[in-house]
Amino acid sequence: MAVTITGGRVYDPANGVDGVVKDISIGDDGRVTADANGGASRTIDATGMLVFPGGVDVHTHVAGGALNFARGLVPENQRVARKFVHTPELRAGIGGLTPTTFATGYLYAGMGWTTVNEAAVPILSAKHTHEEMHDIPIVDKSTLLLMANNELMLDLLEVGEFERAKSLVAWLLCASKTFGIKAVNPGGVAAWKWGKNANQLHQPIEGYSKVTAAQIVMDLARIVDELGLPHPMHLHQNNLGVPGNVSSTIETMNMLQGRRAHLAHLQFHAYGGQDWSTMRSGAKEVADAFMKHKNLTCDVGAILFGDAVTITADGPWQHFLHELTGRKWGNLDVENETGCGIVPYVYSDHKLVNAIQWAVGLELLLLIDDPWRVYLTTDHPNGGGFWRYPEIMRLLMDVEFRRSEVKKLPPEALNRISLPELDREYSITEMVIVTSAGPARALGLKQKGHLGAGADGDVTIYSAKPDADGVMFTHPRYVLKGGKVVVEEGEIRALTEGRVFLVHPEYDPAIEDFLRPTFQKLYTLSFENYPTEMTRLKHPETVPCAPSGSSAPSASAEPR
Amino acid sequence: MRAVRIVGAVGIGRATMISLTLQRSVDTVPLEAESICPDVIAGLDNNAVRALPVYLGKRQCRLDDFFAVDGENSDEIELRGDLRKVRWIGRGMSRGRISIDGNAGMHLGAYMKGGTIEVSGAASDWVGAEMSGGVIRVAGNAGGQIGAAYRGSPRGMTDGTIVIGGSAGLEVGMRMKRGLIIIGGPVRDFAGLEMKGGTIVLRSGAELRTGAWMQRGTIISLRPIPLLPSFLYSSSYVPTFMGVLARHLASLQISLPVDQQVGVYQRFLGDTSVVGKGEILVWGAHTGA
Repeated sequence: MAVTITGGRVYDPANGVDGVVKDISIGDDGRVTADANGGASRTIDATGMLVFPGGVDVHTHVAGGALNFARGLVPENQRVARKFVHTPELRAGIGGLTPTTFATGYLYAGMGWTTVNEAAVPILSAKHTHEEMHDIPIVDKSTLLLMANNELMLDLLEVGEFERAKSLVAWLLCASKTFGIKAVNPGGVAAWKWGKNANQLHQPIEGYSKVTAAQIVMDLARIVDELGLPHPMHLHQNNLGVPGNVSSTIETMNMLQGRRAHLAHLQFHAYGGQDWSTMRSGAKEVADAFMKHKNLTCDVGAILFGDAVTITADGPWQHFLHELTGRKWGNLDVENETGCGIVPYVYSDHKLVNAIQWAVGLELLLLIDDPWRVYLTTDHPNGGGFWRYPEIMRLLMDVEFRRSEVKKLPPEALNRISLPELDREYSITEMVIVTSAGPARALGLKQKGHLGAGADGDVTIYSAKPDADGVMFTHPRYVLKGGKVVVEEGEIRALTEGRVFLVHPEYDPAIEDFLRPTFQKLYTLSFENYPTEMTRLKHPETVPCAPSGSSAPSASAEPR
Repeated sequence: MRAVRIVGAVGIGRATMISLTLQRSVDTVPLEAESICPDVIAGLDNNAVRALPVYLGKRQCRLDDFFAVDGENSDEIELRGDLRKVRWIGRGMSRGRISIDGNAGMHLGAYMKGGTIEVSGAASDWVGAEMSGGVIRVAGNAGGQIGAAYRGSPRGMTDGTIVIGGSAGLEVGMRMKRGLIIIGGPVRDFAGLEMKGGTIVLRSGAELRTGAWMQRGTIISLRPIPLLPSFLYSSSYVPTFMGVLARHLASLQISLPVDQQVGVYQRFLGDTSVVGKGEILVWGAHTGA
């Protein structure tokens, strides 16, 4: 299987390789080897082409209950979506904003992305999520567990049982076979069950007397650190989408006091003004604050004009969005764990608010001067389909094109954004960092996002010239996954089955004695049926944790 | 089943019409024939028309596997035979004319933008679904979802005219935004469901829940109909616009009563369970006249 890629300009920023013409060899084990071993069964001549490590999506929604609910809610999008016709090699499917499982793999790989992180999994939906990921070919996958509104955990925090909460989180991660912790609108979704939200960081959550959003954020960040999870707490902050949320965003950054955290879709949390009529970009303030906090990473969640489907565990926000737009709305309650809302949405370049949102996403990418800490996403499908990433890449790399796009915005938007003044252009290296090397590092996946010895043989080879429509990076010439050529000349040529990354943090086994009776009292299924069996995962790979601080006695037994 | 009429060679010299005659019955698996559309056919010679793709279920076939094809280079298409299982005829057409001597299948004239479709027999569900212009006339009965929005779509027809001579099924004009639907025979439940605008004329009334969740728009019934409790009586009169509409309908050979000496329309406002800016006008002749 060994492959050698010769003559290409290699961009491997993690190893300090910046456009150097060199050969890359991938051994029979699917990993990059230190030296060209000469025994390659295939040589790819990449002369004049750009050689990148495969793309890594740090925040996307591609599998599970919420996405499936969205698929059911938007048949009108699916009627106009790209069709994948059944061939001897490929399965039938549809693309669009909520692609079918197989099509998701084809679309990501076809764009040159080889690792994706599904950013929102309720434990109760973990089996479903793993079943869907089972059928997403080619790409490697990881998943994040929704914890910031889990009532079992909130109950423990309410009575100050931090250590037990930590064990609970670790147990739930093991039970759900997930990779990291996601916090969505901390406390807000729990409050939504009372028809309320959590807009204030320091007020008790509805239904509780002590726990606040701030406490949930800080305790979860501490739990993630003490468990030593590879990926920091992945935080969808309170007040998403609300004009003036800059203040709570900056307060959250300060509150974290040096703890690791990944701030998801920061674009939706960087709005100034007091209401919709005075809304303006807050990207400058947010970027300035963000750059001071070296403990933080973020993805932008940029929006693109056109159709989107908003899918989030943030139930109260979705109800608000439904009231705002009059569009149809779906809401799910996931027992004691979380919620979910779906609202189809159209971002229009004629609308002031949408124009500002569009600018904020780009501004954050341009103003945050450390590409290792800011990553390209659209919070797919919330800001637009992931298959539109190359459009954003062009906007970042070509200031003239960006200016011509800014001219199309409503004139009243221009004095509310700073995008017209920004003349930074992304270099190719910076582009590789924000789409691959950076997110891989943030996820703690050491074998991803680079092409050094021992890295996974995930390589994307692009033409150095843009397509006829001026866009680069839409159609890679070759994509290799684990050393196997999966895309060639714009076509899927071979299918591989991706791995699923998970963690197995240590926990106090006594947590099960606490959980079992609580669970039998509060849940609609039996405790024994709750965990996801390991056999449901196709090609699981456990990533080691690096626990720190005081640690409870560890469990050796694997949960069922 | 209607006998298939055999037509002779068309006209003298150049054909001014393309004639498609069904040669083979389609009565179980439906034939998906969106290629039968003036926009697709107009510039094609006879061979190219014959080779157009149609789908029998999932199997791709040629148009001449099912139809005898006469003529070429025309945006007027004449269809003969019992096409009750032939779907998507005239899909998205923007010009020309399709006349069907027989029955038509589901989705007739769906997404249509302009031109004319005439059917001498009956049609099925989704006639003119999400159409934005043009005229569809069906002499016989039709199915449900006339001029409606497809599942999930925010709006149904946005302009154009649909005239059904006979009866119609459920959800006539569901989520329609503009345009005109006239149904000669009785209509089943949920006519004007979630209607957002436009006009529906029910010449023989309708069954239950007419105008449910209608936001705006006008439903005119010439027969008494059961009304939802969320419709409020407002007045009895002959609205001024009714004369304009009657003159327009006269051009389609449809009459509408407007003589106040003969009767008046009772106007009901609704559906008040939603926006409530729609109206249902129910004609009633004066008694004892």
